[in-house]
Amino acid sequence: MAKSIDVSDLNIYYGDFLAVEGVNMTVKSKSVTAFIGPSGCGKSTMLRSLNRMHEVIPGARVEGKVVVDGQSLYDASVDPVAVRRQIGMVFQRPNPFPTMSIYDNVLAGNRLNAKRLKRDDADTIVERSLKQANLWNEVKDRLNKPGMGLSGGQQQRLCIARAIAVEPEVLLMDEPCSALDPISTSAIEDLIHELKSDYTIVIVTHNMQQAARVSDDTGFFNLKAAGQPGHLVEFNPTKKMFSTPDEASTEAYISGRFG
Amino acid sequence: MTSAALHISQARLPRWAPILVGVMALAVAGLPALLSGWGAVTWLVAAIAVFLVAMPLWSRLVEGRRAATDRFVTALIWTAFGVAVSPLVWLLWVVISNGLPAINADFLTQSMLNVIGDEQGGIYHALIGTLLITLAAAVISVPIGILTAVYLVEYGARSRVARVITFLVDVMTGIPSIVAGLFALALLVLLFGPAFRAGIGGSIALSLLMIPTVVRSSEEMMRLVPDDLREASFALGVPKWRTVTRVVLPTALSGIVTGVVLAISRVIGETAPLLVVAGSTDGVNTNLFDGRMTTLPVFIFSQYSSSTPVGYERAWGGALVLIALVMVLNLVARIIGRIFSPAKGH
Repeated sequence: MAKSIDVSDLNIYYGDFLAVEGVNMTVKSKSVTAFIGPSGCGKSTMLRSLNRMHEVIPGARVEGKVVVDGQSLYDASVDPVAVRRQIGMVFQRPNPFPTMSIYDNVLAGNRLNAKRLKRDDADTIVERSLKQANLWNEVKDRLNKPGMGLSGGQQQRLCIARAIAVEPEVLLMDEPCSALDPISTSAIEDLIHELKSDYTIVIVTHNMQQAARVSDDTGFFNLKAAGQPGHLVEFNPTKKMFSTPDEASTEAYISGRFG
Repeated sequence: MTSAALHISQARLPRWAPILVGVMALAVAGLPALLSGWGAVTWLVAAIAVFLVAMPLWSRLVEGRRAATDRFVTALIWTAFGVAVSPLVWLLWVVISNGLPAINADFLTQSMLNVIGDEQGGIYHALIGTLLITLAAAVISVPIGILTAVYLVEYGARSRVARVITFLVDVMTGIPSIVAGLFALALLVLLFGPAFRAGIGGSIALSLLMIPTVVRSSEEMMRLVPDDLREASFALGVPKWRTVTRVVLPTALSGIVTGVVLAISRVIGETAPLLVVAGSTDGVNTNLFDGRMTTLPVFIFSQYSSSTPVGYERAWGGALVLIALVMVLNLVARIIGRIFSPAKGH
């Protein structure tokens, strides 16, 4: 079910402001692709343009192509809501729905779309998703308690369970570990490794070691200069990026000699 | 090597110091009060003034400047609190002491139909009228108000239409209630002829007064719903209208309910528009769409206008019931708010 993503000549605008310019890349199916780069260089914008979530911000638009499995995401006939059902997303800050229990949070993708589920099917989905998200053992006895009562790391894994419960083709993760402690981070990284066998995963991270640990390919984004749009400096297999990158600026950023 | 001692302890007044100063201030102010025959209120004001001078002075001598300022401002804030609360307590006291003698089972279950002179009358018809008219007003204004707020927050953000609506809602807030009543009357007269009076006219007038309050409070509550939740919903492929109805509204529900109940308690005591359009009657009328209907405020007004001792008593009794009604509504709002508020904790 996993799909690859081809991005060609992508420009992303907020109103008249060009945020990201001229991105070309291929995200391979059933692999983990990491985006790294300094703050404000357009990694998150790029990630959000992959499931049209950036359109939530008024005035946001793109030029260029994003093709998932032969289907262009930005064709006039494409419904952004349908895109987001296929390409799920996990955000930087955990955002479980405060009105729902843990159980209902996992099923939110089905429940909010008013899909009728048999009780057995619902139980199966909840158990499978929570197990995949490494949360089942911690919450199996309190599924009807509110999701907000969990710790930050558990909430984030709950959000991941919620995202994979609808079985998307692609999972986008926007700095999923930046608000978490090392133990929760490690749990989520293990999870990413496991999910790789079923999903195509794109992750934005500020943590270079994390990119090196979890990803197969890495894209390095940077600003050409202050006030200039962000662009993709280099896109290569992670092993190559972290040993012999093509660009000097990539090596400078990765080794900490940035500037 | 000796280091300078850490200066973190200092002299403190005993815990009972404010009580002592308070008693002494009452005594000091009591002397001139006795000699020149001041009333209780003047005595209290003088005592507060003495306290405001004496307490900081003592504190300044023992504790230092910062503590003295603290004690002065603390005393000032308690005084302000007392000034703010005393009218409320006073009002409750007056209404309860005057209204309680009028309240009995007959008063709550009888109407004023065929009641002459000092006979036992009742407010049953007014109670029914108030409940029906206010309920109908809520039925009209809550959907309009909440849907307007949904448009303003979720769909029309920063558009010209939204700005115009916000402006008009603000203007509506300032409509005098009598004007709302005359508007409703004009509407009914245009539609049904000059002699037409019905409770629904009162509901229309009250809904004109309720809508802006409901819009404003619902709007505030929906703006408090974090964008994170909307994004989480969108990212699951949930369409916008479902996001609004299944995520935003439930999350904001407790605040919206509180706002609605506050709007109801605001209009439940309206007199003028109801006097104009719903009129006044002595009997029970349960049909909102035909005939005059009395509400509690109108009942109080007409009994008070009769200028008889029993009329005054009935008016006070009606006032007590009205206040109790508003109080119950507020309690219900709090309970509903607690039930629906997003659950936290384990």
